[in-house]
Amino acid sequence: MTKKWYMLTMVGKDRAGIVSHVTAALYDGGCHLGEATMARLGGNFTIMLMVKFDGSRQALLDQIEPVVQSMDLHVHIDSIDAKLHYHLVPDVRVTVYGADRAGIVAQVTTALTEAGLNILDLESDVAGTEQQPIYVMTIEGQASEGIVSLQAALDIISGQGIEASLSAIETMLA
Amino acid sequence: MTIRDILLHPSACLKQVAESVLVFDDSLQQLLSDLQETLELAPGCVGIAAPQIDCSQRVVLTAVKESQGGCHGRLVLINPEIIQHEGQVRGREGCLSVPDFTGNVIRSEWVRVRAQDRDGRQQSFEFSGFEARVVQHEIDHLDGLLFLDRLVSRRHDLFRRKVYRDGGE
Repeated sequence: MTKKWYMLTMVGKDRAGIVSHVTAALYDGGCHLGEATMARLGGNFTIMLMVKFDGSRQALLDQIEPVVQSMDLHVHIDSIDAKLHYHLVPDVRVTVYGADRAGIVAQVTTALTEAGLNILDLESDVAGTEQQPIYVMTIEGQASEGIVSLQAALDIISGQGIEASLSAIETMLA
Repeated sequence: MTIRDILLHPSACLKQVAESVLVFDDSLQQLLSDLQETLELAPGCVGIAAPQIDCSQRVVLTAVKESQGGCHGRLVLINPEIIQHEGQVRGREGCLSVPDFTGNVIRSEWVRVRAQDRDGRQQSFEFSGFEARVVQHEIDHLDGLLFLDRLVSRRHDLFRRKVYRDGGE
């Protein structure tokens, strides 16, 4: 049986040792790991892992079941068509912040998408205090219609309680 | 002139400190020609260091267009040394020796560099911004460092607490 790629997604209450326990179980089961992203969101542990495995989805699930139980994780596994070695390089970065309110992400990303932005990376945090939360978001992407149209879109949004700034990302190759 | 293969990481030559050039002879001129031709064939590439073509000598070529605000165009830097630096700025870098990966690296915004030309004459240059980044990236190659050794966090632009070789941090 040839090895297949799966996307393994796990969520749970954060605690020390989750990554090492999960990856050790995967290694013991003959898995090969690809790209991964782990993040703590609001005190919760989240991870997405590309896993190459020569068995079925159920067999992969069985392999990590003991760790999943002991670490109290929720697991989701999808069979995927993996493309490695074809990274897209962002050419623009947008930073947005403002008093936290419903709809900031939708408003900003809709405007940027309509102005030609292909979002490659998005991160956001809620900073400030409980009484006065501040929403901070960083987006990186490719400006398919140029940076001018993105700036025009941000100019419309800015001033509605949101500060948004745009900068070109110049990638040096040497 | 010969187009040379670019060494890819992992490779011993990319991780060792290169030797100073002491003799400015025909073989050095040949090396410069090879570097130039290899650089020209790499699309979008603005610099190359001798260790990248498996030659552990302190030789660097840079090629940041002069139209890009006060840059020097094609430059040969032999035995280059950063003798002064100012400011810190984050920027995204890629490397011919590390295909399909780009990452953020903090570099000095301005550097003064002492180097010899192809005939061994001492010269001094000031580089800023993008060109300063290129020069620092290439000089790192001479010290066995890749930009991977200087990556900063994707999520937060933290300045790494790291002692750089020039002791300036």
